[in-house]
Amino acid sequence: MSIQAHHLARRYGRHWALRGISLTIQRGESVFLRGANGAGKTTLLRVLSTALQPSQGTLCLFGLDAQTHYHEIRQRLALITHHTHLYEALTAHENLVLLKNYGLILSTQELQSALARVNLKKHAHRPVSEFSAGMRRRLGLARMLLQKPELVLLDEPFGQLDVDGVQLQEEIITDFKQRGVTIIMSTHDHDRGYALCDRELWLDGGILRGATP
Amino acid sequence: MNFLRSGWATLQKDMRIEWRGRARAQGALCFATLVLLLFSFAAGPDAVTLGRHAPGYVWLAILLTSTLSLSESMRVEMDDRALEGLRLLPVDMRGFFLGKLVSNALFLCCIALILFPMSFALFEVKPTLGFARLAGVVLSGSMAISAPGTIYATMATQLKARDILFPMLLFPVLVPALVASVKATSLVLFGDPMHEFGGWMSVLVIFAFVYSILGIVLFERIVEE
Repeated sequence: MSIQAHHLARRYGRHWALRGISLTIQRGESVFLRGANGAGKTTLLRVLSTALQPSQGTLCLFGLDAQTHYHEIRQRLALITHHTHLYEALTAHENLVLLKNYGLILSTQELQSALARVNLKKHAHRPVSEFSAGMRRRLGLARMLLQKPELVLLDEPFGQLDVDGVQLQEEIITDFKQRGVTIIMSTHDHDRGYALCDRELWLDGGILRGATP
Repeated sequence: MNFLRSGWATLQKDMRIEWRGRARAQGALCFATLVLLLFSFAAGPDAVTLGRHAPGYVWLAILLTSTLSLSESMRVEMDDRALEGLRLLPVDMRGFFLGKLVSNALFLCCIALILFPMSFALFEVKPTLGFARLAGVVLSGSMAISAPGTIYATMATQLKARDILFPMLLFPVLVPALVASVKATSLVLFGDPMHEFGGWMSVLVIFAFVYSILGIVLFERIVEE
């Protein structure tokens, strides 16, 4: 089992962004998370990634308690959000080398092929501050590929990408599915969501309203 | 091992970012120079008074500049949620703090490296106990400012009124470090007939050490909360 959540809730000040979320997601499942703006999709993904601590409830990922074993859990997941987690002053290549410097086991070849996969090889030595939003998303994808995750949390993964970028994203998601990676994806592009995922979760006002098998 | 590797990676990263954003460093240096000049204008033309208060002016200029450099150092981490990306890798946050602390202290040392020669020229003073001791004070003083500074800058980045709250949180804490830095520098500049230098240096080193350990222990909790 990849994810087991019981009565998860998250509060920002007085506002409850999530309330009473209980869900179970099996290893290798791909889940489409849908809901209107402000429904709590981003907050849920950030809580599930352990980037945010829940205000209430319990969360287990890979059979480990997220509150106490978040170091081990984080080694096995990747989160893609509107924020690409990149340093603007560093080049694309340096941003990826940073993963290696911080202890991720990567070969130079893996690094080069990740850049090539997202079509940024010729821009490898340009600072990220010169990149368009779409190029940053692509670099974020390269970063995710290098992390070799078992669980991928994608928040609006098709946003800001051009046609080729969207196709690349779809290929990567399909590739992950074939390799048995668990995927949770929130998107307003319902057609793609239904096409790429096995089942859906519907969030409304921070509450899980429905789930289809 | 992870602790040291994270520290070294953070130091390398910060040095590179600082080098790429040289305009920011130049801005901070201009600010420090202006503060030093303003203090000397405010004190008047009396060379004896200026010379006597030179250590205070220099350390206040370094302290005020540190609020800019420390905030900037953490702003880089919050842009595009880069720090969140590192947390999720996961990076050893104790090592990250150590790297950040050293890079912030090195930046302040560079500022001091410019300000002290300027003060020698402006206030007609020179280090009678030698440059090595002055370098020791600068290094310890920079660490003593950077250690709590890095902790509070991280806490303040998560607040809305961070620009106001950061100096309000930091300055009261730094009073012992500021007093010890000024006293030790005064002794280096004007002589140490009572052999007090070692005592003030001990205060500085202990202050820097205690806050460094506190930062290493608490930093992960601060960023996780």
